[in-house]
Amino acid sequence: MSNTPRHTALDALHRDLGATMTDFAGWDMPLRYASERDEHNAVRTRAGLFDLSHMGEITVSGPAAVDLLNHALVGNIGSVGVGRARYTMICQADGGILDDLIVYRLGETEYMVVANAGNAQVVLDALTARAGGFDAVVRDDRDAYALIAVQGPESPGILKSVTDADLDGLKYYAGLPGTVAGVPALIARTGYTGEDGFELFVAPEHAEQLWRALTDAGAPVGLVPCGLSCRDTLRLEAGMPLYGHELTTALTPFDAGLGRVVKFDKTSHADDFVGVEALRAAAERAEAAPPRKLVGLIAEGRRVPRAGMSVVVGGEVVGEVTSGAPSPTLGKPIAMAYVDAAHAAPGTAGVGVDIRGTHEPYEVVALPFYKRQK
Amino acid sequence: MSNPQQLRYSKEHEWLSATEDGVATVGITEFAANALGDVVFAQLPAVGDTVAAGETCGELESTKSVSDLYSPVAGEVVEANQDVVDDPSLVNSAPFEGGWLFKVRVAEEPGDLLSADEYTAFAGS
Repeated sequence: MSNTPRHTALDALHRDLGATMTDFAGWDMPLRYASERDEHNAVRTRAGLFDLSHMGEITVSGPAAVDLLNHALVGNIGSVGVGRARYTMICQADGGILDDLIVYRLGETEYMVVANAGNAQVVLDALTARAGGFDAVVRDDRDAYALIAVQGPESPGILKSVTDADLDGLKYYAGLPGTVAGVPALIARTGYTGEDGFELFVAPEHAEQLWRALTDAGAPVGLVPCGLSCRDTLRLEAGMPLYGHELTTALTPFDAGLGRVVKFDKTSHADDFVGVEALRAAAERAEAAPPRKLVGLIAEGRRVPRAGMSVVVGGEVVGEVTSGAPSPTLGKPIAMAYVDAAHAAPGTAGVGVDIRGTHEPYEVVALPFYKRQK
Repeated sequence: MSNPQQLRYSKEHEWLSATEDGVATVGITEFAANALGDVVFAQLPAVGDTVAAGETCGELESTKSVSDLYSPVAGEVVEANQDVVDDPSLVNSAPFEGGWLFKVRVAEEPGDLLSADEYTAFAGS
């Protein structure tokens, strides 16, 4: 495997915009264009434009596509209508999380699975391996799409100005094919920012035309290009997990507080989806005596918690920070952390984070930190 | 970006002004500020602290990371920039001016600092 990072179809454009680039899951991606805090605030108050072409698309099609997905994933894909999307996960036989995914139902028997860049090969391999015996085809479409997201309260207006598609009829977690700025696109009302927004899957050769059209359409209302740095603080404020941080193969969805994505009452393969037995046990454990819980922490001081730092109570380690950053919206450092259940209730006193030897005081809160007003 | 000619530079990306009445000013370079991203918290040495050349004397937190602050010179801290403590973004917006970090009464002139041209070549900027 080559160590040379991959470049998206918008690479030259990012460099023209003066982006600071970073290696992310083998891709050379924009980290920020100017100030990541300004980019963050633009998404919260106006709109931001993201290149997310590193995400991994896998198409699953055929008469038994839905059965394959019910077998391979933990969600009930049989309940996803055409034109709708579902947040779900793919697990190992022991219940450990391989990745979190969005599955779009593009047609009666056609689905698009979107995996994290760093896990796309693992997900592709797992789906392919699990497809045996199903009348369905798993296709690697990673190179077939560029992905551009426009996120923020102004995003519906911006997108409306460059498409005739019925955006008002497009609900959250829905997707429809349409034409945007003259190019064919799958228009999805999804995102990873906690704001209203859209993700546009297009052919790579159309990416630049779409990016430029959205830039022009959004300029009057303050749209700015946004990098992965603000994407991380936006999702953290919104309490959304990031694979490799809140989600790992060592955790089941129940351990991550996301047991709701596991459906034991599926339309098919309810009793033999991959991980079902381990997940039943995990569900019981989570109900009876959860060892640790995913919580939010808000700093009383100004030092920033980082992934891997210990959560401490009275000198004892009671948990671990999984993600941390200065929150532009709250104006304080925040973190997500797995904390022993005894100290996980919001308002628990005496909780700190060991920041390079000093126990900085933190307030335990319920997630998310930020919820948009609808 | 250009690195002011009248300053001297460390390989840890600090700058040091010329000494006036025995006191020199320390900051980080624009190259360093850009690499850090938005600085959100600056922990500066306190007035009266003794700093040693090449040793840590504080830290700068940005969105993505925390970085140690190294003193490019030995001496006693006579002033920390309260404006930066109150508004750390000054480090990004004016690293060579309003974003200076602390002033030090120089105990010993450092010998191994870089000129602006040498630093520019070193930082590849």
